[in-house]
Amino acid sequence: MPAVTGKLAAASLALALIAASASTASAQKKYDTGATDTEIKIGNIMPYSGPASAYGIIGRTEAAYFKKINDEGGINGRKINFVSYDDAYSPPKTVEQARKLVESDEVLFIFNSLGTPPNSAIQKYMNSKKVPQLFVATGATKWNDPQNFPWTMGWQPNYQSETQIYAKYILKTMPNAKIGVLYQNDDYGKDYLKGLKDGLGAKGASMIVLEESYETSEPTIDNHIVKLKATGADVFINITTPKFAAQAIKKISEIGWKPTHFLNNVSASVGSVIKPAGFENSQDIISAAYLKDVSDPQWKDDAGMKGFLDFMTKYFPEGDKLDGGTIVGYGVAQTLVEVLKNCGDNLTRENVMKQAASLKDFRTEVLLPGIKINTGANDFAPISSLQLMKFKGDKWDLFGDVISADAGG
Amino acid sequence: MSAAEEVVAEGHQAVEAVPKRAMTLGTGTSLVVLAALLIVPVFVKNFIIFQMTMLLIYGLAVLALNILTGGSGQFSLGQSAFYAVGAYTSAVLMEHANINYALTIPISAVVCFGFGYLFGKPALRLSGVYLALATFALATAMPQLLKLNFLEHWTGGVQGLVVTKPDAPFGLPMSQDMWLYYFTLLVTIAIYIFSVNLLRSRSGRAFMAIRDNEIAASSMGVNVALYKTLAFGVSAAITGIAGSLGAIAVQFVAPDSYTITLAISLFLGMVVGGVGWLPGSFVGAAFIIFVPNMAESISKGLSGAVFGVLLFLVIYLVPHGARQIAILGHQLAGKLRKN
Repeated sequence: MPAVTGKLAAASLALALIAASASTASAQKKYDTGATDTEIKIGNIMPYSGPASAYGIIGRTEAAYFKKINDEGGINGRKINFVSYDDAYSPPKTVEQARKLVESDEVLFIFNSLGTPPNSAIQKYMNSKKVPQLFVATGATKWNDPQNFPWTMGWQPNYQSETQIYAKYILKTMPNAKIGVLYQNDDYGKDYLKGLKDGLGAKGASMIVLEESYETSEPTIDNHIVKLKATGADVFINITTPKFAAQAIKKISEIGWKPTHFLNNVSASVGSVIKPAGFENSQDIISAAYLKDVSDPQWKDDAGMKGFLDFMTKYFPEGDKLDGGTIVGYGVAQTLVEVLKNCGDNLTRENVMKQAASLKDFRTEVLLPGIKINTGANDFAPISSLQLMKFKGDKWDLFGDVISADAGG
Repeated sequence: MSAAEEVVAEGHQAVEAVPKRAMTLGTGTSLVVLAALLIVPVFVKNFIIFQMTMLLIYGLAVLALNILTGGSGQFSLGQSAFYAVGAYTSAVLMEHANINYALTIPISAVVCFGFGYLFGKPALRLSGVYLALATFALATAMPQLLKLNFLEHWTGGVQGLVVTKPDAPFGLPMSQDMWLYYFTLLVTIAIYIFSVNLLRSRSGRAFMAIRDNEIAASSMGVNVALYKTLAFGVSAAITGIAGSLGAIAVQFVAPDSYTITLAISLFLGMVVGGVGWLPGSFVGAAFIIFVPNMAESISKGLSGAVFGVLLFLVIYLVPHGARQIAILGHQLAGKLRKN
């Protein structure tokens, strides 16, 4: 079956390429502000300073990747001019920087601006200016809303899809489960929780025996784990960020609780979560993923992973390969390059959105095998499938089919 | 008096006694600045107009802190909390109750005055660094309070609230940005005149008497408790107005917009502008808006360090901030005139 879909994908990709080249050959050169015969100007906003500065590495990876593209001759002969500003994760500053990019630097569009609050702050502005706010770097579900915000599009699978997938799996394999949930008390945690409840449906809601929340300011979450164990839950949904996830895995093993453990993708890194928590404590944890994990030995000889590592060595040697941000930045930059290639000589803002919404079975090779990027006029969620995986030995074993769950905003 | 208290009492001297005449600009200079503020927007891009609007808004917030610290000698690291209350008052009233934006501003002022006055009551027992700490607590607590579940229906929780930007009224041929700029300018001028007059009034003299020596002031019959809380109330009200205008200009409020970083920025703006010199508030606002951008253009990875160096230079070379430069300029002009 996978072989057949692979051939089909190749065939449709070839067709798409032919169609694209045929249409560009006849099309006139058309430009909006920010694009010329020699240059495409792209804006970006990242928290290089402030509380979320760890994510700044995504922007730096993208800058390095566009340098690679420029060194190789650019896109259809045009060089990328990547203008990236710091907003320190403060929404008013994001508005200022977005306006600077659009009105003063006159970029063609803003790409991969990071964070839910910063992107919420500029969404209305970008849409009223009709400037694309493309592939925003946040997993909130609301970016997939082409009816109300036709100029905003996400990239990564949204948080709700992921817990919906867990819910589907639980309903199928453990219909009588008693579920205990631990979640971070903010937009990220609440989005995940909503996906879980939606996925479980009306009947399933009664399966949740306890919803426990924690604040990022708490030094440890041990007491929450003890409380969850006391409810007698046999399924544990772990919606926590890396530091807390590692604590939770350790504590569960310590107190001898043996639930079926679902760990959210945010904390599925072998290097930064599983290893510190201990391999012996992490056996049989279930998670879901869409990207290959650099620290996972099974991708050692994978061509896509090699491409990524070569790029890192040559263009971004000071960047940390094990940081999840670098591989995300690489993947999303590749997706953008694909969109711009498809735009041909028609570099209007409208066409950029149109091409971004016409990706068919596109793959960047850092995605897990079988996961493809598909968008459409009514589907602004580029990556909407994930694959379940179970931790065995010292690596994640993918199992089951790639499951898709499109959650709309 | 214990040793600790003595240190605190000495702490008061950190706020230098500024004579009230030296708190403002001369009439001629004021008119030139005003004319520039009126004319420039006609010739520049909307983005620059937006930045000028933000400058006036942060200028107001710094001015409010200046009245509190430069006027009555009380420190505050909690101005971001008042700013947030003002911003949210406007946003909630505009989006949930459909009240006109212009009307939400006086409401914000009243709400924040009450909030500041009430906070000033318990803060009366504190002074110097202890007061700074208490207000710091307020600033750290505010973003979390805004995220509370039972307020979420109104505040939008962590997702914040999107605010609709007003159009120019009476069909005036102006962009939204330009209209908002002139509207902000009008409010700013009104508050500036009010502040200057406040500091020249009986109340202003009482503030300054408290700043210079609390015991002497009370022995002269100044109601110390009343005037200290009043200073907090007035400062909070003006900060709240700035918050309201900020929410309208940025079109978005979220808890992450009003963290302790904002309070520290405002404090920094006040010091750079010159403590107790009202026009300096706007110079300070320009510093906190533009210097981080400059630092970023020098080095992206080290923007924080570059900002630190620039700040250090300012404190080292002109410890009294923009006021010192203004005085130097004035003296220089005087010399030139003699020659």
